[in-house]
Amino acid sequence: MDKKLKIGLFSFTADEGCMIVLLEILNYKFFEWKDKIDIKFSRLFRSSKDFSDLDVAFVEGTISTPREEDKVKVIRAKSKKVVAVGTCAINGSPTNLRNSFDENKMQEIGYVLKKFDLYPKIKSVKDVISVDQEVPGCPMIEDGFVKVMEGYMKEFGVI
Amino acid sequence: MHQDMEIEIENICRIEGHADLSIKVKNGTVEDVKLKIMENKRFFTQGVRGMMFNSVPSIVSRICGTCSIAHLTCCIESIEKAIGVEPTEQTTLLRKLGMYGLMIRDHAMHLYLFCLPDIFKKDSVLNFKGPEEEKLLKDAFYVKGIGNDLCTHILGRAVHPTFSNVGGFNHIPQQDESKELIGKLKTIREPLLDLIKIFYDSDFEFHRKTTYVALVNDDFSHLEGEIRTSKGEVIQEKDYYNHLSRVVLPYSQAVGYEFEGKDYMVGALARVDLNRKNLHMDTLIDTSEYLKTFPSTNLFHNNLAQSIEMLHCVDRSIDLLETMEFKQEKKPEVKPREGTGVGVIEAPRGTLYYLMNVNADGRIKYANLVIPTSQNQINMQDDIRKLVQDNLDRPKEYIEHEIKKLIRAYDPCMSCASHFLRIKWI
Repeated sequence: MDKKLKIGLFSFTADEGCMIVLLEILNYKFFEWKDKIDIKFSRLFRSSKDFSDLDVAFVEGTISTPREEDKVKVIRAKSKKVVAVGTCAINGSPTNLRNSFDENKMQEIGYVLKKFDLYPKIKSVKDVISVDQEVPGCPMIEDGFVKVMEGYMKEFGVI
Repeated sequence: MHQDMEIEIENICRIEGHADLSIKVKNGTVEDVKLKIMENKRFFTQGVRGMMFNSVPSIVSRICGTCSIAHLTCCIESIEKAIGVEPTEQTTLLRKLGMYGLMIRDHAMHLYLFCLPDIFKKDSVLNFKGPEEEKLLKDAFYVKGIGNDLCTHILGRAVHPTFSNVGGFNHIPQQDESKELIGKLKTIREPLLDLIKIFYDSDFEFHRKTTYVALVNDDFSHLEGEIRTSKGEVIQEKDYYNHLSRVVLPYSQAVGYEFEGKDYMVGALARVDLNRKNLHMDTLIDTSEYLKTFPSTNLFHNNLAQSIEMLHCVDRSIDLLETMEFKQEKKPEVKPREGTGVGVIEAPRGTLYYLMNVNADGRIKYANLVIPTSQNQINMQDDIRKLVQDNLDRPKEYIEHEIKKLIRAYDPCMSCASHFLRIKWI
C-alpha cells in the first residue's frame, strides 16, 4: 500500500469551530485526500484512542486545565509535526475571555474554577508547547489549512 | 443477568464535544447514571456582561463551532427586542434562509458522519466500503457542501458568519448566485430521499414516554412562533423560562433543565411531532409514507425527523430563493435603549433561549441562555437508565454499544451545553 500521511485531530477547550471548518474543507477535498491521509486519531470520526507515532498533529483550542496541558505535551512528544489551528491555539483568543475579567467576575467564577480544576488564566497551545506551523483565523482560514496539509504531504513523500 | 456492574465510558466518540458517562448497577437495579459533560467552561455569560450590545452576537457565536448561526441569530433577536428594533421583512426571510442552510449542513454532518456508521455497523465512515456505503460517503460531503454553500450565500460563511447583525444584513446576496444555488439545492433532493429511507428502514428502537417541546409556526422556519408541548401547552417565547427549572448536576460542567418539574425533550423529533403539518408541500408529498411514523415515542426517530427536516429546508429554500428579489434597503435605526429582550429559536438540536438585559448606554447588564443539549441532559440520563435496566441480561459490551448509539441519536452538543455559569441575581 502507498504511504499515507498519519494525522491526528485534537480539540482542547474551545468551540471546535476549526474542526467544523475542516469538515467543510473535506466537502471538496475528501476524495482527493482519501488515499493520501490516514486519520489515525479524531474523536469526530472514530473510537480509536491511539495517537502514537503521528506525522502531523493538528491542535485546536486553548489549554484550560492541567490535564489538557499534560496531554498536549504528550501529543508534542509523540508527533513529528504539530500545527496550531485557529487563533485559540495560537494566542488563546477568543476563548480566553476570562483572562481580562475584573476581580468581581473572577470572584463569581472562582468556585467553578476550583471545582473543575480550571486555570484562572487560559493558556494558548503555543504557551505550552512549540509548534511547527500555524493556521490563523477564527475559525481557521480554509486555504491556509489546505496549504499546510498539502505541504506536509509533499514533505513526507506522500504526493 | 448482571447483579452488580459498573460502566465507565470516557470521551464518547462521534458527538460534538467531550462527554463521559458512569453507571452503577447494584442488586440488579440501576442505581446511578451520570452523564458528565466534560467540555471545559468558558464563562460566556460573564464575558459578555459590560460589552456593547452590537459586539455581543459575534462573541456568542463562538460558543459553538457547528451551530454558530443559531447562537448568532437568537442573540440578535433578543437584543433587537431589548432595544426595540423591528427587522424588515427581507431581513427576517434572510435569517430563515440562514437557519435552513444551517439545518442542512449540521444535520448532514450528524446523520452521515456520526449516525450512519452505527447503522452499517462500522466504527467510522472512514471504513465505508462497497457500492452502497461509498455512494453514501459521496452523498455525505456533497449534501453537506450544498448546505454550506447556502450558509455562505446568505451569511458570508458557515462558521461564525459576518453578514448578519443587530438591525439587519450588511451584505445582500447576489441574484445570479441565487439562481446557481437553486439548481444545486434541487440536486440534493434525491440523496436526501435515500437518506430518509435508511432511517425509516432502520430497526433501532428505544421507547420511553416523555414530553416534547418545540417552537411551532406555520412555515416550519425555526425562527418565530409559539412554544408548544406534546401535552398541549401553548407558551409565548418571553414566558418560556418560567416553565423551566434549572437542575444543578454537580458532576457535569453543564446544568440540566426540567419542564414543569419533569424531564422533557427538544430537537427535530419534537419539531416534526408537533409541527409536521407545516412542512413544505413537496416534502409532505414525497415523505407521506414516512410521516405516518409520527407521533412517535421511538427516540431513534429523532434521526428520521432530522432527515425529513433537511428535505423541508431544501424545499423551503428553493421557494424563497425563487420568489425573493433581494434589494439594498434602509435598515431600521439601531441605538441603545434600556430594556430586556427574549429570543427563542429552534437550533438544530432544539429550542434555544436567549435573554439579554441592556442598559441605557447599550451595554449588556445581564445575559441568560438555555441550550438544547442542557435541556435534554436529564432526559438522556433517564433514557440511559431505562436502557441499561431493560438489558441487564445482555453482555456489557452490548449495553455499552447501545448506550453510545442512543446518545448519538440525540445529536448532543457538549460545547454548547457547557458555555456558561449562571449566577443568582438579586
